[in-house]
Amino acid sequence: MKAFVLSLVIVTLIFSGASAQQTRTVTIIAHDSFNYTEDVMNAFQAESGITIEVLRLGDAGSLVNQSVLSAGNPLGDVMYGVDNTFLSRALDADLFLPYESPLLENVDESFITDDQHRVTPINYGDVCLNYDVGYFASENLPVPSSLADLADPAYTGLLAVQNPATSSPGLAFLMTTVAAFGEEGDYTYLDFWRDLVANDVYISEDWTDAYYVRFSGSAGSEGDRPLVVSYASSPPAEVIFADPVPETAPTASIVADDTCFRQIEYAGILDGTDDLEAAQQVIDFLLSVEFQEDVPLQMFVFPVNAEAELPEAFIEYAAIPENPVILDPALIDANRETWIEAWTEVVLR
Amino acid sequence: MIRVANVAQWVRASILLVPLLFLAIFFFYPLLSIFAVSLAPDGQLDLSGFTRLVTSAYYRETFFFTVGQAALSTIFTIGVALPAAYVFARYQFPGKSLLLSVSTLPFVLPTVVVAAAFNALIGERGVINDVLMNLFALDYAPIQLERTLALILIAHVFYNFSLALRMISSYWATQSPRMEEAARVLGAHGWRLWWEIRLAAVRPAILAASVLVFIFTFTSFGVVLILGGIQFATLEVEIFRQARNLLNLQTAAALSLVQIGFMFILMLVYTRLQRQNVTDLQASTVIARAPHTPAEKSLVYGTIAFMAILLFTPLIALVIRSFTVGGEGFTTRYYALLSTNVRGSVLFAPPLEAISTSLSFATASTLISVVLGLLTAYMLTSRAKFTRWLDPLFMLPLATSAVTLGFGFIIALDEPPLNLRTSPLLIPLSHTLVAMPFVVRSVLPALRGITPSIREAAQVMGASPLQVLRLIDLPLISRGLIVGAVFAFTVSMGEFGASIFIARPDTPTMPIVIYRLLGQPGATNYGQALAMSSLLMLVCAISFILIERLRKLGIGEF
Repeated sequence: MKAFVLSLVIVTLIFSGASAQQTRTVTIIAHDSFNYTEDVMNAFQAESGITIEVLRLGDAGSLVNQSVLSAGNPLGDVMYGVDNTFLSRALDADLFLPYESPLLENVDESFITDDQHRVTPINYGDVCLNYDVGYFASENLPVPSSLADLADPAYTGLLAVQNPATSSPGLAFLMTTVAAFGEEGDYTYLDFWRDLVANDVYISEDWTDAYYVRFSGSAGSEGDRPLVVSYASSPPAEVIFADPVPETAPTASIVADDTCFRQIEYAGILDGTDDLEAAQQVIDFLLSVEFQEDVPLQMFVFPVNAEAELPEAFIEYAAIPENPVILDPALIDANRETWIEAWTEVVLR
Repeated sequence: MIRVANVAQWVRASILLVPLLFLAIFFFYPLLSIFAVSLAPDGQLDLSGFTRLVTSAYYRETFFFTVGQAALSTIFTIGVALPAAYVFARYQFPGKSLLLSVSTLPFVLPTVVVAAAFNALIGERGVINDVLMNLFALDYAPIQLERTLALILIAHVFYNFSLALRMISSYWATQSPRMEEAARVLGAHGWRLWWEIRLAAVRPAILAASVLVFIFTFTSFGVVLILGGIQFATLEVEIFRQARNLLNLQTAAALSLVQIGFMFILMLVYTRLQRQNVTDLQASTVIARAPHTPAEKSLVYGTIAFMAILLFTPLIALVIRSFTVGGEGFTTRYYALLSTNVRGSVLFAPPLEAISTSLSFATASTLISVVLGLLTAYMLTSRAKFTRWLDPLFMLPLATSAVTLGFGFIIALDEPPLNLRTSPLLIPLSHTLVAMPFVVRSVLPALRGITPSIREAAQVMGASPLQVLRLIDLPLISRGLIVGAVFAFTVSMGEFGASIFIARPDTPTMPIVIYRLLGQPGATNYGQALAMSSLLMLVCAISFILIERLRKLGIGEF
């Protein structure tokens, strides 16, 4: 370890000596989950001569709020980690400078939300129901195949979800119900939620409590809820982080149509950066195959670059929904508060 | 001669003003900045946020619930801690300092970890329900505390017990038993002895502890959110929802102001009460002794048993789980995994690194808080009238929502010479804001009890101000000072408050490592989070014992 650090210091010294005339530093502000393999980043830094610094500002919501409050005098050069549920708030505050990366040609159109390229999609993940495989097998209960099933008395007391007012997967699940049942008609999303409450749904404040404390499928849990709102990438994580590695995955996701919500994470260059050109290089790096292939195992999300290959555990255990719910960020921003208020009124008060 | 005295007075006065300056720059300036942006976004004062609060039945209910649960939590905590404080002040028994040290550990634990421990113990499928169901052949779980007010109150007592215990017992230990003996001779027995003599003597400490516990539970966040669940909300929870989730700064600022205003009034009342209470007690240290009579013994061992049940079972459950999660029997692999960077991630921090990061932030915060807190306490003992208004001001950081203050830092400290937004310095500084009130409250009751005539006598005899401090003040306030230092250290180790909303470079502290591990699915992540929590407890327990030792080292046997 010491030798490694020492060699790292020497390498850094050599490189800083080589480009002593012009050390370029790009600060990435990110949410707490921003993670990558050190070697991948080191290779980029060595090749480009750009030093990367990372500042973590809490979760995605805190990241966006702090950036909105510091608009014009940003905390860094590049923001990583704003997602489609918070995107409009960031775009409305004019935080970003447009940049169209040449690597976008490898990215599916559906991920490119902003025509002006103020933000660039980097990765995506699907918020899906996860279930405890053992429970459904031993109880001989069919796994729910639609959201409407969850209101069935057969599934009474089985589901744990998160409060959409405080949790990002919770909000995603609320929006899935909005998309699935609509806001008008005989049976709206709020009617569905009334039925869920009648069916004894458990509401947690955050993902950690729902998944680790209430969900029965997570390793080591004393929870008694075999259904939980989590991510499509959680089942591979249960395998990868198990020790010893189990033969079959203890949990799985439900990926039926209109049961999952697609979250896309973007990066953008912050207005106020000192080195626009370097910031653009960093955006290209985030879209490069090297970084994109690093994304699944470090952050448990999927790469948007079609050329990036998925790791084996993802191919085997992660199901990707064919028709997830995708909502327009502007629509989300216009209605987020209304939906949460209405939900709070119906479910909590 | 007169001029020299004047200069000395000026020096003294300006030293005492340092904490005030600190508070002005790092608390009031950011706070007023965020309020200005929130309440007057276009330069025009907009008070619609307040109108919304006042007219909303929901916010009224939230306010009353917040006050009610805090009052109940305070009453229970003090009620439970009082007998224990007496035992700790008066009796010597084996394992005393270890017991005291362990009792403070809940303070540093992340709420979600405590929630998991509670669930493992008293949840529907927890150990206790299992035992009861087997014992009485029940087909339902007899203890149903999930998401009840009772669980919130239990958790609040669990968290705050040691705060009350330490503050009251440290003060009690400096109260001479002579008064008691005299009262006994005069025929006071039973409840009269307790009510009129013993409790009256420690009233300043009880009041001080009550105020801290009340503020703490008033602004309770994680406990209410996670253990209480969504049907309960305190003002703090609402502020967080409005500011962090909805970026509804107006409502958040209005709520913050209500919370701060309420606390300010409460503190004013408290300050008055405390001043009336100052008696010229001949403070002197009592040497604790071993319990002799059966009554004494049952009191001492009853206290130990109670603490073991309330405080230690959840902690032990946690430690056991860190060795057994995953269902493969006893294993130390989660501890081993903590020091392995399986995937070469940049977020990885080996335990020693996380421990040393946490310890350096905590040491810095403790030192700054002790110095500033001590200066504040001296300033507040001055008889000048203005201190009546100052005292409550120093408590306000405790009553201020972390998210409000965090946002304040972002917009206020953004230009040189105070461009601290992204500086690691901001972490100990924000910890100090929260930790300082603990030092002030722990030291002040003892400091007020020192009769000025003793100091004057010493000065007349030629003692320098430093000698007076060392020989007269320090022995009497040292216990309180240690209590303050312990909690300042604890605040920083557990990362309460504002620091959650502060930018962080790549050097995670222990709580941050725990949060990150708990943010991902998988047995090894969960196991490592529990292992890191156990290490956090171990590091803190050792540190508490060392801090206690400092007192004996510093002043010898008093």
